[in-house]
Amino acid sequence: MAEYSALSLLKNALNGNQDWKPAWRKPDPKASYDVIVIGGGGHGLSTAYYLAKEHGITNVAVLEKGWLGSGNVGRNTTAVRSNYLLPQNTRFYEHSMKLWENLSHDLNYNVMFSQRGCLNLAHTPAQLDDYARRGNAMRHLGVDAELLSVDQIKRLVPALDVSGSARFPVLGGLMQPRAGTARHDAVAWGYARGADRRGVDIIENCEVTGFLRDGDRVIGVTTTRGDIRAKKVALAVAGSTGRVMQLAGISHMPIESYVLQAFVSESIKPIIDTVLTFGMGHFYISQSDKGGLVYGGDLDGYNSYAQRGSLPIVDEVMSEMLALFPGLARLRMLRSWGGVCDMTMDGSPIITTGPLPGMYLNCGWCYGGFKATPASGWCFAWTIAKDEPHEFNAPFTLDRFYRGLIIDDKGQGATPRLH
Amino acid sequence: MLITCPYCGPRDVIEFTYQGDGNRERPQPASQDLDAWNAYVYDRLNPAGDHNEIWQHSGGCRAHLRVVRNTLTHEILSTAFARGGHKTESRS
Repeated sequence: MAEYSALSLLKNALNGNQDWKPAWRKPDPKASYDVIVIGGGGHGLSTAYYLAKEHGITNVAVLEKGWLGSGNVGRNTTAVRSNYLLPQNTRFYEHSMKLWENLSHDLNYNVMFSQRGCLNLAHTPAQLDDYARRGNAMRHLGVDAELLSVDQIKRLVPALDVSGSARFPVLGGLMQPRAGTARHDAVAWGYARGADRRGVDIIENCEVTGFLRDGDRVIGVTTTRGDIRAKKVALAVAGSTGRVMQLAGISHMPIESYVLQAFVSESIKPIIDTVLTFGMGHFYISQSDKGGLVYGGDLDGYNSYAQRGSLPIVDEVMSEMLALFPGLARLRMLRSWGGVCDMTMDGSPIITTGPLPGMYLNCGWCYGGFKATPASGWCFAWTIAKDEPHEFNAPFTLDRFYRGLIIDDKGQGATPRLH
Repeated sequence: MLITCPYCGPRDVIEFTYQGDGNRERPQPASQDLDAWNAYVYDRLNPAGDHNEIWQHSGGCRAHLRVVRNTLTHEILSTAFARGGHKTESRS
């Protein structure tokens, strides 16, 4: 198993890097497991990792349709934050933040977690009041938050247009200093290696085509690599949740799938050393260690499973960037891509037992799933191991919509594309 | 993506506003059937394939349209005036 240390780096450098071992095995599926996790993305892999590490459940398979981490864990804009208003969300995402803060040590894998802060810009007095309220709500629950003046923002991000003549003048902002970014691929690879070396089978190119049932109870799955039985079957398939649930005979979910695009520019010298969000539209930007600006905006505004975006959103995102940074007008865009987001009716996720006996469900990450990766797996593993939710994910049930217990941080109502 | 408005002809998607899933069944306003209301507000078919949707030609004739569109390819399969908008139960 690949172990990384200063010594192993030196040894392999002298050997011409010929002796590195694969970070995880490529096993064939066994006939049965204690737990099957469907979905080899960030959440599925972290679930398997914490099942093994925290609960001693190692007879686990992670089934991935494509190759490991080929979905949203490798398509996001890498921001990590816990700056929510509602206590259910704040507690959950702050738990995630604490796991992030120790993740590289925990995995012995450098996920390049960089706590460079996340700054939400305010452009109206009402918005600034709202940010003060959210900042106070965060501090009340022990999360760091600071309201910044225009002068402070100007010192922090000199390239930002904070003049009164900007299209939407900046009046202040809410900063979470402990927020930041992480290397998304490394998160998938680190969890995969950590799970693999505790005995978890990671089975790639294995698409689930149906569920094995004993009455209502789910007792396994049919796949492109044969039938696999399991005492417990856990779904962590994000944008494909609707498709996989339909295989189980559940046709309707409180979820719609949309494409979210992301963009990266050519590499430039450091100009933005935080994660910045625009308050008068939907735009967020950070700069990668390679120097590329990584940014994104709104969803493409209609249901889609296409994993590619449309030009009107490209146009809108670029115009929002230029409203903040007029100096970037001649910057060239390097790549753009899309990922399918499972948007729930209240903008909050679902981590729960059920809805069928023997099944466990993790979905509804909207476009905020990356930052949740550690806590999502941690809470889902707890729920699978103990057949009941941890207090951090107890509010994130599937039936909350029908019981009047929605967790709508934005106050947007049941229009998923607006969350 | 081009949507063919039955009144205006083929137009760019930026002229249109998406109004969501066209399969939803809205109960009568006086209905006290909570399951039916929950289903109307929260439940979605969300298919990977052909999807029955309501769009408004908000940058044109402002008509509401019923559009069948493929969510995997973004191909528009049919458009028609939506008339009643979202489906309603027949009124007697």
